[in-house]
Amino acid sequence: MPRTILDPKILRSLVPALSFAVLLGAIFYVQPRTMSYFGLNLMLNLALPIAFATIAQMFILTVNDLDLSIGSFVSLVACITATWLNEAPLLGVVALLGCIAAYAALGALIHLRNLPSIVVTLGMSFVWSGCAILLLPSPGGSAPDWLSGLVKFRMPFIPFSILASLILGLIVHFALMRSATGAVLRGSGGNPQAVERAGWSLLKTKVTMYALAGFFGVMSGMILVGTTTSADANIALRYTLFSIAGVILGGGEFTGGRVSPIGAILGALTLALVGSLLSFLRISPEWQIGAQGIILIVVLALRSLVNRLEERQA
Amino acid sequence: MVRTKLICLAGALALSAAMPAFAQDADTSDKNVALSNNYAGNSWRQAMIKSWQEATAKAVEDGVVASADANTTAENSATEQAAQLQNMILQGYDAIVLNAASPTALNGAVKEACDAGITVVSFDATVTEECAWRIAVDFKKMGVDQIDYLAERYPDGGPLLEIRGLPGTSVDEQIHAGILEGIEKHPQFEIAREVQGDWTQTVAQKSVASVLPSLPDVVGVVTQGGDGYGAARAFEAAGREVPTIIMGNRSDELQWWKEQKDENGYETFSQSIAPGVSTLGFWVAQQILAGADVPKDLQVPTLRIDQDGLDQGLEMTPEGGVTNKEYTREEAQELISSAK
Repeated sequence: MPRTILDPKILRSLVPALSFAVLLGAIFYVQPRTMSYFGLNLMLNLALPIAFATIAQMFILTVNDLDLSIGSFVSLVACITATWLNEAPLLGVVALLGCIAAYAALGALIHLRNLPSIVVTLGMSFVWSGCAILLLPSPGGSAPDWLSGLVKFRMPFIPFSILASLILGLIVHFALMRSATGAVLRGSGGNPQAVERAGWSLLKTKVTMYALAGFFGVMSGMILVGTTTSADANIALRYTLFSIAGVILGGGEFTGGRVSPIGAILGALTLALVGSLLSFLRISPEWQIGAQGIILIVVLALRSLVNRLEERQA
Repeated sequence: MVRTKLICLAGALALSAAMPAFAQDADTSDKNVALSNNYAGNSWRQAMIKSWQEATAKAVEDGVVASADANTTAENSATEQAAQLQNMILQGYDAIVLNAASPTALNGAVKEACDAGITVVSFDATVTEECAWRIAVDFKKMGVDQIDYLAERYPDGGPLLEIRGLPGTSVDEQIHAGILEGIEKHPQFEIAREVQGDWTQTVAQKSVASVLPSLPDVVGVVTQGGDGYGAARAFEAAGREVPTIIMGNRSDELQWWKEQKDENGYETFSQSIAPGVSTLGFWVAQQILAGADVPKDLQVPTLRIDQDGLDQGLEMTPEGGVTNKEYTREEAQELISSAK
């Protein structure tokens, strides 16, 4: 059968891009001022850390787990970045590497003891929050100059946040979706028995995925502090839900193995833009939360339509 | 566009430096002001938003400004408020009046707003970014004032009971520090006992009741607001004479005081920050837009009710709420000139 535009597989990957484009179009229409370098940069620079957190969550979802601690983990990283990394760079780097190692160890623990990831990560979310409060009891700290310089860097023609999202999406896409290792990593979530029988170590894949999630979580926290210039122990708690919603909006599934890095990033950007659109429309704050939910439901409804189409063809 | 705005601003600044006396009369009828608020979940914040809406609706009607929208984020989160601020920059507001989710985490967005030529005025929960104006609350003074008042009432001094607020918060620390400073100034007083009240009547009543059996006769009770009525109830329930309890402008506190005043001439004073401080933020922003030379750090005046003003204070207090007051342009100008 020829692959037409109506092929569900293509449609499936088109839905996130399409909803992103429609939303962006609506924003340009409502507030023409946003249609500029300055406008895009402002609207999307807080979306960039969410995109990184979403990629981190995506790695966990790939191995059929769920991470409920990514928000507090990003907050902790933000606190470390705004204090240790700024005052004693060596200590800061060690602490951040330690964070990634802790994530990898969590992956090993979950696999070896066969624990439910939801429970372990929920517990860890309190540990991360506690560490963040110990490190920064009251809001403060400041971003290292090189970091805020990097994030605020004004690229010619394309805003930094768009370029960074694009590069991030492409790198993760090729590593996870196009490489042989990537196929094994995804397979360990989609069909773990098959991967194990073929001689791959599930422990190794799980540790790798958790370490990658830790790495992208660290990136997210650092970029966030670069943008806000200082930290707060509760700065990113919302990221847990944002990141899960972003992956699902972008075409991922809770069942493991089925994810789309580019879709996930588009999902994260879509989530960020929904808030902007609603505030440009001057919808009263009481209604904004509801309206945000309705937009998400519409996008997900489109997805399930595509899924049904897929089933019918199969 | 941004650049022209900056030049305009620079021009306005130069102008205001050149003729400060006339500058604040400049026309602001084409200016758009926005309120950025992070939380609307308690009665104080709701009264704050309501005051803003009422005062600014009138200002818009009178042609003082073109618009003054109120915005609240869904959740009390710094990143969400930062995104809200960035959207406001794009909406082309001339001034943003801000009650911040975090003193520091919004600095990046606030700086971006300043760079775009927008006047940012933070009040109540202020931000540390230097380009923004701050209308801060002097909690320390609220502590010192209590001891000053008691020193006038009881020149001989005596033991005091102190009711603290929520532990670990900066407000509690600062009021407590103010009380200690007051006692240093008036060494005839001493804190006989310290209990935790969490700014809540029921908590205060329970903790005061638990120390009463072993408490010596105190002349006064120093408080942080929201705890005075509970303390009074505890003294009454134990059948002890009620000492002078400093009140915090809550309606139950004022009502109790009024009853006692009518019955036996009970005397005290009451103080707190009025939720209408949002309107002070609005007028300060308007003054800055009009070209007035405004110092970056201003202090919110506390709303103080003395014996004579009790009836008037009760009128200004909604049932179950806190005494409120909407500030006027003249009051904002007065505050600005007194801070210079």
